[in-house]
Amino acid sequence: MPFDLTVAWALLLVFAVFTYVVLDGFDLGLGILYPLFPEKHDRDLMMNTVAPVWDGNETWLVLGGGGLFAAFPLAYAIILPATYPLVIAMLLALVFRGVAFEFRWRAQRPFSRVSWDLAFFGGSTLAALTQGMILGTLLQGIEVEGRQYAGGWWDWLTPFTLLCGVAVVLGYALLGACWLNMKTEGEIQHRARVIARLAGFATVAGIVAVSLATPFLENAYFERWLAWPGILEVAIVPVLVGVLTLVLARALLAGTGPDWLPFVLVLALFGLCFAGLGVSMWPYVIPPSVTIYDAASPPSSQLFMFVGAVVLVPIILAYTAYAYWVFRGKLDPSEGYH
Amino acid sequence: MDTFLGLDATLLARIQFGFTVSFHFIFPAISIGLASYLAVLNGLYLWKGNDTYLRLFNYWVKIFAICFAMGVVSGIVMSYQFGTNWSGFSDLAGPVVGPLMAYEVLTAFFLEAGFLGIMLFGRRKVGPGLHMFATLMVAVGTAISATWILSVNSWMQTPQGFSMNEAGQFVPEDWWAIVFTPSFPYRLAHTLTATYLTTAFLVGGVAAWHLLRGGQANPGVRRMFSMAMWMIVVTAPLQVVLGHEHGLNTLEYQPAKIAAMEGHFESHPDGAPLILFGIPDQAAQEMRYELSIPNLSSVIFGKGWTGALPGLDTVAPEDQPPVAVVFWSFRVMVGLGFLMLGMGAWALWTRLRGDLYASPWLHRAAVLMGPSGLVAVIAGWITTEVGRQPYVVYGALRTADAVSPLGADAVGWSLMAFIVIYFTVFGAGVLYILRLMSHPPEAGEHGARVEPGPIRSAGLTPQQQYPGRGNPSADPAE
Repeated sequence: MPFDLTVAWALLLVFAVFTYVVLDGFDLGLGILYPLFPEKHDRDLMMNTVAPVWDGNETWLVLGGGGLFAAFPLAYAIILPATYPLVIAMLLALVFRGVAFEFRWRAQRPFSRVSWDLAFFGGSTLAALTQGMILGTLLQGIEVEGRQYAGGWWDWLTPFTLLCGVAVVLGYALLGACWLNMKTEGEIQHRARVIARLAGFATVAGIVAVSLATPFLENAYFERWLAWPGILEVAIVPVLVGVLTLVLARALLAGTGPDWLPFVLVLALFGLCFAGLGVSMWPYVIPPSVTIYDAASPPSSQLFMFVGAVVLVPIILAYTAYAYWVFRGKLDPSEGYH
Repeated sequence: MDTFLGLDATLLARIQFGFTVSFHFIFPAISIGLASYLAVLNGLYLWKGNDTYLRLFNYWVKIFAICFAMGVVSGIVMSYQFGTNWSGFSDLAGPVVGPLMAYEVLTAFFLEAGFLGIMLFGRRKVGPGLHMFATLMVAVGTAISATWILSVNSWMQTPQGFSMNEAGQFVPEDWWAIVFTPSFPYRLAHTLTATYLTTAFLVGGVAAWHLLRGGQANPGVRRMFSMAMWMIVVTAPLQVVLGHEHGLNTLEYQPAKIAAMEGHFESHPDGAPLILFGIPDQAAQEMRYELSIPNLSSVIFGKGWTGALPGLDTVAPEDQPPVAVVFWSFRVMVGLGFLMLGMGAWALWTRLRGDLYASPWLHRAAVLMGPSGLVAVIAGWITTEVGRQPYVVYGALRTADAVSPLGADAVGWSLMAFIVIYFTVFGAGVLYILRLMSHPPEAGEHGARVEPGPIRSAGLTPQQQYPGRGNPSADPAE
């Protein structure tokens, strides 16, 4: 097969979005779990586990958006107006969540601190919900006319998009709980593990619900997932989800394996969800009308950027990994990062 | 026509972009200069071993962290504003603009974000050498970021290196020409210098405030006042020169913008006056209550006493930028620029006389001028952006054709949300910054985020329990 720049860009963007979901997923998850840890020192500790890395994590979202803008400008120009209220809400939610990282330490009165706690929780939860709903809107299909969005202003609000939103909130909460299980000790870790069990159960339920609903959104999805003999190939995704679920359940319930295991298993679960999305959508970037080829920017654009990405992304991954390495291991509650 | 509070969707989208980008610009304008200042402070500390530099580093790094966070969250909004409100622009200009911005993300955003954590929290974990490297990478990252985004903006001002395809998209033909447009070197130099000047006035203002309030004996206060005043002495005159050069370049490539900045409705074939004051009346295409110096404008633009300058009468009314906004914002910027120049001269003279730290009037002026850089930066930004109207890509794509197919209601309500939330959230942030600034840098100044800070575990006060741990200032090695 000859090298296809457009496909390469699609894969690179999927990689960026997946990395975002993986990295910012647990940051946002910690925010979602904030109400379950009402003690101030627990909250301090939770925030400290991600304080040195959250900004880098969020940058993958900028790469996802920026990459879409650069490599598939038509898709960017259609998806964002189609999900306008969701995107605006997500951006404002991320404002609250992001500043809370700094402002929380600056608040002098308990009232202000609790307000920023609330901003951290609300911002994280709303960001997760809207991200899920944007995904749901995309999956259920966007109406396009010419080169513009042509649907209504409430198309993004359906039971399916809400289901996707809730599923993402649950999934991020699970990631957050598994992250805490890995980074803390003692009572916090114990509570994180209990939460991870519940969130794990709920997340798998969410995945199952979204997966069952998806084939009935579009005939193309139905054909891809349930028609013979293709089903033999694609069935590997749900089968692997099932296997992973069992392994994860064992790791969380038995609690004997290494503390990083549940986190890694959940990452794998998210990876499978992405594979499932890929099966549904490929080669469309906006189902059911715009393929990656329709939306692709001219080869001169994609090539110029691809050369840079091939060189820079590995370097970025290297120094990001280094930053994680510097702050590795259990958080020493007596030290913090401060 | 579909309107919200009497405004149509395009104007609302412009207001929204102008509002979010102006708010955003404040934070990088501070953090670009501050990141370099921090790298210098840390370098001097490591080189000379003088604790005053560490004290200043730890003082300003807290302010930097807040500014940076606000810059990041308001910047993410910008990276999506192109799609939400300007989908026409995104679709058509995306092939050119998108890759440049993607390069900004890949070469700058990740670099800043990746090393910020180590810069803020990692001094003891990685050692002084790597910590210095991380601090340097953050500073370099902010400058690279400015370079790319100004390259994008310069292309929108003086576009070249592209062709059009049948869908109406800008197709890149020559990336070298796209990145290095004629206005780019001038804009980059002028804007980067502006951020350094902004930081110098901010640092100088804070130092002067403490000098006025009995901080003359504090070596940290003295050092930062001195450093800021040196910076102003060097960069203020440089900025005037760079601004002038930028203006000459604009005259060559965007004469309509210059005509609006100068308030020249009429062409002047034999010597244009420099209008100091006036009320532009664009409907009547004339300047009311004009106060001007004959022929000086032509002289400034290097045309000689009787050189010709084109006026707005060479531009069809529908192709003219809004004159009043451009005319006034330009005057605000230039006026502040000359005040800055004067401040630099005054500080130099006071220093040569030997009473830099005992000149209360200089200090009062420095406090007053503290935020002047920010105002000048925003005014300059408004001048160049509004001066490009009615085009988004100068001469090639009209703003009205770039807007998203959104109802006025959608844009109006989201604009309301941005206004309310930005003022609340960033207002709180500015308050926290002012609170930090209201304390002078003390001996044993804490690093990023200690006071009133996290209690590290229940019932322990780590500074006492573990000397040298949990609090950088308690560690004598630092």
